[in-house]
Formats: sequence, structure tokens, C-alpha cells
Amino acid sequence: MSALHPPRFLPAGETALVVEYGRTIDPGIHDKVLALDSAIGSAKIDGIIETVPTYRSLLVHFDPRATTPEALIDQLNRLDTTAAAQSSSRKARRWRVPVCYAPELAEDLAEVADALSLTQERIISLHANALYRVYMYGFAPGFTFLGGLPEELAISRRPAPRPPAPEGSLLIAGGQALITTIAMPTGWYVIGQTPARMFDPARAQPFLVDAGDELVFEQIDLAAFEALRREAAAGNPIAICETV
Amino acid sequence: MMTAELEVIRAGAGTTIQDRGRFLLRRYGVTPSGPMDWTAFQTVQHVLGNAEDAAAIEIGIGGIEVAASGGPIEVAFGGGGFIWTRNDKPLAPAMRITLHPGERLAAKPGAWGAFAYLAAAGGFDTPIDMGSRATHLRSRIGSPMIHDGDRVSTFGKPQQDLHADALIDAPWLVEHSDQPMRVLLGPQDDYFATEAIAVLFSSPFALEAASDRMAYRLSGAKIEHALGFNIVSDGIALGAIQIGGDGQLLVLMADHQPTGGYPKIGYIIRADIGRLAQMRPGEACRFVPCSMEKARTELFALEEKIAATSCKELKIAAGFSTELLRSINLIDGVVDL
Repeated sequence: MSALHPPRFLPAGETALVVEYGRTIDPGIHDKVLALDSAIGSAKIDGIIETVPTYRSLLVHFDPRATTPEALIDQLNRLDTTAAAQSSSRKARRWRVPVCYAPELAEDLAEVADALSLTQERIISLHANALYRVYMYGFAPGFTFLGGLPEELAISRRPAPRPPAPEGSLLIAGGQALITTIAMPTGWYVIGQTPARMFDPARAQPFLVDAGDELVFEQIDLAAFEALRREAAAGNPIAICETV
Repeated sequence: MMTAELEVIRAGAGTTIQDRGRFLLRRYGVTPSGPMDWTAFQTVQHVLGNAEDAAAIEIGIGGIEVAASGGPIEVAFGGGGFIWTRNDKPLAPAMRITLHPGERLAAKPGAWGAFAYLAAAGGFDTPIDMGSRATHLRSRIGSPMIHDGDRVSTFGKPQQDLHADALIDAPWLVEHSDQPMRVLLGPQDDYFATEAIAVLFSSPFALEAASDRMAYRLSGAKIEHALGFNIVSDGIALGAIQIGGDGQLLVLMADHQPTGGYPKIGYIIRADIGRLAQMRPGEACRFVPCSMEKARTELFALEEKIAATSCKELKIAAGFSTELLRSINLIDGVVDL
């Protein structure tokens, strides 16, 4: 591991170890998380069950009978994460995801415009034209957390959750952007919808994107949205993937 | 060999199929699910000789009533102080029995506890969804909730292997423990002052009614945050103790999200998570600190005890009375008539 910025190793009970690279949302920190994740994936360390990458740490779930936190830390410290970082950045993909901001699909857009003193057009333009990084999945299957939301769109989470947003909702809050799957109550704001399914259990690869992928939005109108939603229901791919 | 089924005559809300859990997908936001009380679950599976990945039925406060159909079924049940009957006649609280076609087996809650487990020899033959038979109702992964009228197939075992009815010799299945819950501090214990951590370990906390398979809310003395109540999301495992904005505890249980944004002061040790799961709203518990070494040895000791669980076969005709059972000192007055 890099000696310049060593991570903190923290216990998460007896069966998981947190490898923490920072406490903020930052591409450099995230790169380190992904590099370690990739290195572990190739290394086949005894006792590791699975890893969960997040914005700024990797949670390593392990079998306490097969290994100990100390042994695991030792093995993780000896991994060459620099080589892994290079190879994982070569494999990064960019997804083009169609999105629609029609009023029927953007329930909270007016509220956000009001709160931020911006026009709805400006909000849509900022959200639709950013270059995003997929940081992690969390909260529910396929809920995709994105970084790269323009600073002008920073709005705090709601003090109390709003009713469930439909599948494929585009949410913003706390400087982050999110694409939803299952309908869940949320403290975020709904500003649009995508016909793409981040999670489709019927698909060969049920989860569409990987942490570290890039993502851009392509704005479409309501008619195109409805058409693409029918395509998605039929199991046809909606988002387009390019290798970068 | 005919496929034997359990016919569900009546199932309380929240009755679900669970196996040990859905792993390898936590990085995609998929919760592992699995049993709320893994120690009771594993014990009843063990006495049937079931494979590690076998599925059983998790029963909640609403209880259950089932009948065997299509053949005799060897079942094992126990956990959470539930009261079990066969054709309305009392059974001991944890047993392995053969349920013959048409015989009805029922469970209702007793004086304590929240979850019981019903396992069948060979495990239940329900659909595998994303690699597991565990159920997560909220994301509709796994089987739907079990309802009245459902038929649940079993894998079964050859008839000649069926045993006589037996008591399961496992005190942890039938005894309610008042012992404190042990806690491993971290990973965000540095988000709390020493005084706040001392509050966690010196006060009672009561289970709130607004608790479910995802999280148990516990209220008591307020635990003050030193660095605010938000963190950038990081990973979560079973038993995490989150402290929310209100200074109250949220212990993440079987249906926990794999990541989250509240500081985690510590983790309930694995050996104690089943006991916590069996708490009822209004019931209080205390927490004590625990070292990693002790947490591990307690976990291994408990797993070994479960793996060594034996059954005492009853060489008595079906329909034995509570008095008879008491007289041969095999139960300790746990069936209250």
C-alpha cells in the first residue's frame, strides 16, 4: 500500500474490517478505495467473504474462523494497490443514461428551484450536463450514488422523508446525486426520472454499473421516455456503455 | 419418495422463509437478510442434520399453524419461548418430531421472545433468488411473506431415517436471559466523547415498538454526538449501533442496509445478537464493553455448543402429558397450562 497516505483500519464488529481512506467525498480518496477493492479481488485472501466499496472506505466482510483482523490487516498492507489502480482505471466505462425532467416526473423541481433561487431550466441544465462518477451502491438494491453534482445544486436533505419516489427517480441532496430503483421513502429531492433500470433481476448482469464508472445524462422528452420505458420493460438495454 | 409439504393453515404477519443469508451482493445495496436469531435458527437446522444453506421458516409474534401433507415430515422447532402444540396437545418448547400427514403443528408466543424457527429435514424447497432463499420483503427479493393457505415443499429425507420424537437439549433456545449485551466499540466511536460512551454503558435502554427486521430502536439516556450526526456513507454489518440525530440507538438487524450515513458507536457482538432479537417492545437491556478477543471466543464457543446440540428421544407414545414430562425431569415447567 502507499506509505504516503496509509488508511485507517477500524473494526466493524468481529466479522468486518473498515479500511478508511478519508471522511469526505473526493475522487482521489475513492480511487484508493477502488484500487484496494480491485487488488483484493485478484488476490484471493483466505477468509474474505466480500467487499463493499463506499465513497471513502472499503468494508471487508470476513469469516472470523478463517482469519483474524490482525492477519487481514497484515495481508492488506502487503497488497500492491498501485498496479491494481492502473489496471482498474484502464477498464473504466462511461454510461450514457437517458433522463427526462417533464413536470410529471420531476415532483420536487419547483421546490428545489425555490430553495436554491435558481430557475428550473438552470437546475435541469446543471444536472443534465455534469460528468458523474459512480461512487457506490447503497440503501437499497441498485440505488446508485453519484458524485460530480455541480455545487450550485447543493441542497440539504429534507428534515423529514417524503413519500416513496418511483423507480428510476433522479434524486439530489447533500451535494450528491442518486438514481433509484425500488420505491422507498426518501429525504432527497426528486428532479427527474430515467427509463433505464439500474437493477433488473431478469438481466444477465442485474446491476448495471460499477463503482468507478463514469456516467453522463442525455435529456429526452416525455414521449421518448415512455417509449424507452416500454423497451426497458421488455428487457432491452437502455443505457449505452462506452469504454473510456 | 413423494414430496412432502407443509400446508400453512394460519400464518401471522411477518412469517418468512429465511436461509443463513444472501451474500456477495452487499456491494450492490442488497441486504443479507437471514434469521433475526441466528443461534435458534442454526440449532434447529443442526438437529435435523441440514446443510448450512438450508432454509427454514421464521415465525413472529403472530404465530403459525401448519399441517403435514403428502408424507411424514421430520421437523425441528424452537426459539423465543414460543408455545408449541400438536393437534392442540402441548409439546415441549424445543423439539424434533415427525409430523404425520394431517397432523397439525401450531406455535404461539409465550412469556418472552419474538421469533421462533421451524425447520424441516432437508430444508424447505423454495425458489432461490439471487443466490439465496432468504427473504427481503421491502425489495421483493426472495419468497413473498407466508400466508394462510400456502403450501411449502420440503426436500425431505428417506423414511427409514425418521427418528422418534425428541427434546432438543439447548438451554439457549428455551431460557430468557437477562444478561447485558456486549458491545465492540467502533468504527465511529471517535465521534463520541468519553462521557457519551460512558452513558451507553451505564444506562438501561428500552426497545421501542417502531422496531422491525431492519432495525431495533432503543431509547434511554441521550448519547451526545461530538462530531455531528452525519458521516459520509460507509459500510455496515449486522449488529451495528447507529446513533441518530436524536441521540437514541438504532441497532441494525437482519435486514440492515449494507451502507449508511449515521455514526456507528459500536457493534453488538455476534454471540448476543440473537438475544437482542428476542427482546419485546418495552423490555430493557444494558450494554457492556467487550474486547475483540472475548467477542471472538464467545462466538466460537456458542457455535461449538450449537454444533454439539443433542436430542433426547422420548420413548413414549405420542400424546404424553406435561405432568409426565415434568416427572421425568426433561422440561422445567416451561409449558404453562
